Amino acid sequence: MYTEKVMDHFQHPRNVGEIENASGVGTVGNAKCGDIMRIYLDIDEDQIIRDVKFKTFGCGAAVATSSMATELVKGKNIREAMQVTNKAVMEALDGLPPVKVHCSLLAEEAIHAALWDYAEKNGIEIEGLEKPKSDIHEDEEEEEEEY
Amino acid sequence: MEKLIYLDNAATTKTSPEVVSAMLPFFTEHYGNPSSVYGFAAANKEVITRQREIIADVLGAKSNEIYFTAGGTEADNWALIATAEAYAAKGKHIITSKIEHHAILHTCEYLEKRGYEVTYLDVDENGLIDPAAVEAAIRPDTILITIMYANNEIGTIEPIAEIGRIAREHSVLFHTDAVQAFAHVPINVDECCIDMLSASGHKLNGPKGIGFLYIRKGVKIRSFIHGGAQERKRRAGTENVPGIAGLGKAVELAAASMKERMDYETKLRDHMIGRIENEIPHCRLNGDRTKRLPNNLNFSFRFIEGESMLIKLDLKGICASSGSACTSGSLDPSHVLLAIGLPHEIAHGSLRISLSEETTMEEADYVVDTLKEIVKEIRDISPLYEDFVKKEAKSSKR
Repeated sequence: MYTEKVMDHFQHPRNVGEIENASGVGTVGNAKCGDIMRIYLDIDEDQIIRDVKFKTFGCGAAVATSSMATELVKGKNIREAMQVTNKAVMEALDGLPPVKVHCSLLAEEAIHAALWDYAEKNGIEIEGLEKPKSDIHEDEEEEEEEY
Repeated sequence: MEKLIYLDNAATTKTSPEVVSAMLPFFTEHYGNPSSVYGFAAANKEVITRQREIIADVLGAKSNEIYFTAGGTEADNWALIATAEAYAAKGKHIITSKIEHHAILHTCEYLEKRGYEVTYLDVDENGLIDPAAVEAAIRPDTILITIMYANNEIGTIEPIAEIGRIAREHSVLFHTDAVQAFAHVPINVDECCIDMLSASGHKLNGPKGIGFLYIRKGVKIRSFIHGGAQERKRRAGTENVPGIAGLGKAVELAAASMKERMDYETKLRDHMIGRIENEIPHCRLNGDRTKRLPNNLNFSFRFIEGESMLIKLDLKGICASSGSACTSGSLDPSHVLLAIGLPHEIAHGSLRISLSEETTMEEADYVVDTLKEIVKEIRDISPLYEDFVKKEAKSSKR
């Protein structure tokens, strides 16, 4: 079902983790649909992404696309990072099954959401960047059950 | 571990070698069409009759009440659509549950589009249907109650005898989809007042592409597949003789070993349930603890998604299944898990393990050990788990 590259990134995800006091954090997706991605960016004064970490709740493709997206933006400046589209992520993974294309869109959105957070914190505008659509924190209160 | 550990026996089972041996002569030696006159072919008619008797015996039915089909799905379609057509003059109301297999649910939707009304009963948190709710749903125009014997995902065994009695008292036909239960647990059609019952060969170590519908004498449903006069003019098409021979053998073997198998699988199942509940935090057993198929385990693990669990298990040689959206081919997780009240995010993290008599205790322990590691690995990269841990830390500081 998945390409070797997807399986590789699923089995050995790159850049997993958190960044304390990150320059920007973005969480996108929805637990209801089964995918949530969170991306942490560490951006220096030259607007270069020095470090990036992620955590993902989701299927194999969701994990692999977020892992690949972090690889693609690492070391880039924020304008270059804007060029990391879902297509770029998919191509870098040698493709995804059609039902999993939305995972790559989510990866792109997660990067954008983290950049948005960074832009807001620093009072700057990034060309072409729009406010992220979905954010998990909106429906966080729903889920309080304990098992 | 190199060996494949197959724990998806609710999806399909290995065709047992004895079954294959029973089928083989009907491909190259006794390949005649049972409807032909000459002795060479007509002998196959006897073979079919014999298999019908074997199956009828196991159900406490008569052999002329067993009709071979191409599987459980056809049997379900036949029972529902033909009943709807035959009894339309009496009414157009059908009662079923929210946790049926899609072979039932999608057939009900088909009938709804054609002017029938369907009541989909709720289930409780363990997936049990309340017989009182069945009774309350019966109307003067109710023509059929169809409730599965045991659920394919969570293994819950429904109160079929009670529901059957209610149906009988109200003179409503009662069909049960017993695809997961037949030859796994004892079923008697008279004791349970079952009028129709669907079953499938490949869930009981028989071949794929063969099943049957039991139709109680007196139930006036007509043919669903039109053509020749096979199956007492009720199911056309040249008989699948190898399939029927295989199904008969599989039923014979399954019936002979049922008691032992139930005891063994129940022991294995409860051992695994106990270990998972003790050793993996934030999990939930789905389905009833005791009114449960002996070979079924279904767990939800919080903060993780099912497909990634399945891939990681596969990489360790373990075959299982999940009710997550990614494995259902839609955006929604399993309708069964939603019907028992699980929130979407917890339904996505479900895992179904279905054992067989060949599963060993060593394999069971290996699977639990592996699962423990996998759940931890996936939680370590889960933002939901991260949030949960931070929240816990905050509340313990308070």
